[in-house]
Amino acid sequence: MKPFTYERADSPAAAAAAAERQPGARFIAGGTNLLDLMKLEIETPAHLIDVNGLKLDSVEPTPDGGLRIGALVRNTALAADPRVRRDYGVLSRALLAGASGQLRNKATTAGNLLQRTRCPYFYDTNQPCNKRQPGSGCAAIGGYSRQLAVIGGSDACIATHPSDMAVAMRVLDATVETVRADGATRRIPIAEFHRLPGDTPHIETALMPGELITAVTLPKPVGGAQVYRKVRDRASYAFALVSVAAVVQRDGSGRVALGGVAHKPWRVEAAEAEMPRGAKAVAAGLLAGAKPAHDNAFKLTLAERTLAAVLAEARS
Amino acid sequence: MPQSGDLDMTRRGLLLGTAATAALTAAPFRAPARAATVGETAMPPPATRPATPVLTPVLSKVAFTVNGQRHDLELDTRTTLLDALREHLHLTGTKKGCDHGQCGACTVIVDGQRINACLTLAVMHEGGSVTTIEGLGTPAKLHPMQAAFVAHDGYQCGYCTPGQICSAVAMLDEIKAGVPSHVTADLTARPQATVDEYRERMSGNICRCGAYSNIVDAISDVARREA
Repeated sequence: MKPFTYERADSPAAAAAAAERQPGARFIAGGTNLLDLMKLEIETPAHLIDVNGLKLDSVEPTPDGGLRIGALVRNTALAADPRVRRDYGVLSRALLAGASGQLRNKATTAGNLLQRTRCPYFYDTNQPCNKRQPGSGCAAIGGYSRQLAVIGGSDACIATHPSDMAVAMRVLDATVETVRADGATRRIPIAEFHRLPGDTPHIETALMPGELITAVTLPKPVGGAQVYRKVRDRASYAFALVSVAAVVQRDGSGRVALGGVAHKPWRVEAAEAEMPRGAKAVAAGLLAGAKPAHDNAFKLTLAERTLAAVLAEARS
Repeated sequence: MPQSGDLDMTRRGLLLGTAATAALTAAPFRAPARAATVGETAMPPPATRPATPVLTPVLSKVAFTVNGQRHDLELDTRTTLLDALREHLHLTGTKKGCDHGQCGACTVIVDGQRINACLTLAVMHEGGSVTTIEGLGTPAKLHPMQAAFVAHDGYQCGYCTPGQICSAVAMLDEIKAGVPSHVTADLTARPQATVDEYRERMSGNICRCGAYSNIVDAISDVARREA
C-alpha cells in the first residue's frame, strides 16, 4: 500500500471541500472495497478523507411518502430496517444476497454504489486494463469472460457492476443526492448514476471530482410482489452470474432489472410492457443487441430462465 | 532485514503474501521513485493516481479499547486494525488469512458488530471498542462458544477458529436482534435460529479443513443453551 495522509471530516460540505483541496484524495467510509484495492495498489490515493463521522446514518421518511437513506447507513442496517422489509422487499433481499455478514456490517449505502468492478483482469496488475490504466487495452476481451458483460459493453471494457443493491435501487427508481465543495447539492436519478464504459471505462459514475453522496432516496412504495433472485457459483458469498430484481403487480404489469450482465444495473423500461406476456418476451426486449463472448453466452439463456422463475414466484 | 531497495522491489509480492504488511509498516523506509513494472509501461495514469504521490510513511495517533483495555497508539496510517492488533498490541489470536476480506480469519467484534479486521484502518477506530478472541474468554474460563467448539471438535488445524468463534458469537446476536438473512423465508417475521440460517450467515468464514458440520453443531449447541 502507498503511504497516504488521513483526516476525519466533520460535515459533508467540509469533506467535499477537502477532496477538492487535495488532488488524489478519496473518501473512505466502510473501506471494504477501497482498502482491498489499495493493498493491490490499484487504488493509490495520496490522501484519505474519513467520512464516517458525518452522521449520515439514518433512514427517514420523506414528505412524499418515500424513504431517505443516509449515505452511511450500513448494508446490514438497511436490509433490517422494518420499513424497507415491509415496503421495499426487493431492496432488502438484494442487500442480503450480497457479500458476507462481516462485509455488510461495514459496507455503506453510498459505498455499495461506488464499488468497482470485480473483473479479474482489472484486479490483475500484470494485465492491460482500460479501467485501471486508460489506453492500455482490455485483456478481458478475448480472455476468459464467464463472469463478464453480455450487453452494453464496448471495445474498451466488458466489466460488470458487482452490486446487488444497485440493481434493486434501479428497479425502485432511487435518486442519489450529492454535495459539492461549494455546497451545491444535486439529485441524480439512479438510471443516470452509473455509466456504460464507452471509450472511458475508468469513469464509472456521474459524480464530479470531489462530489460526495449524502443520501439515496426511494419514491413512495410501489407495492406488488417484490423478488430478487441471484444465480451464482456458490449458494452464498459469491458475485452474481445473473440476478433479477422485479416488482410484479397483480395484473402482471411491473418492472424488472438485471444484475451481472452489464457495466451498470440493466433495465430497459420499454421491455416491461411485455411483462404480462411472460419471460421470453421481456428477455427479448431487455437483451436485444447483446454481444456475448464464447464463455458468457450462457448468460442470455440464464437471464431468461431466471426471469421466468422470478415471474412464477411473484405470481405464487 | 532487507535493504530499502530490496524492499521496494518485492513490495507487491510481499503484500500479496500473508504476513508482511506489519514488517513494512513497522520499518520506516524511503521508497525510491516509482519504477515501471510489468503492465505499467508508458500508459497515462488513471485519474485517481496523484501526480506526486506521498512516498514517506505518515504517522497518526489513535486511541481505542481492546478487550476492555484502552490503548493509545501512533501508527502508520496504512496499518489495518488487524495489523495493529497482531503486530503492535501482540494479540495474535486474530489471524491473517487472505488479507482481503474473503476468508474471515480476521473477524473481530467492533462496537458490537463482527467485521473483517483486515479491511479497516486502525486510525478509523478512534474511541472504538474492539473484542478479539482473547477478550471472549480465557483458558481457565472459556466463552460458551469456545467451549462448544472444543466439545464438538469444530476445527482441525485451528487457524480459522478465532474468526469462526468471534463471527458465531456476533452472528447469534444478529439473529436475536431480528436481522434477516438471505435464507429467511418471511422478511417481515423475526428470523429463527436454525441450521440453515447459521450456514448462510457464516458464509464469510472459510474453513479449508472442512470442519463446517462440527462448527454448525457447536453454534447450535450454544444457541439452544441461550434460548
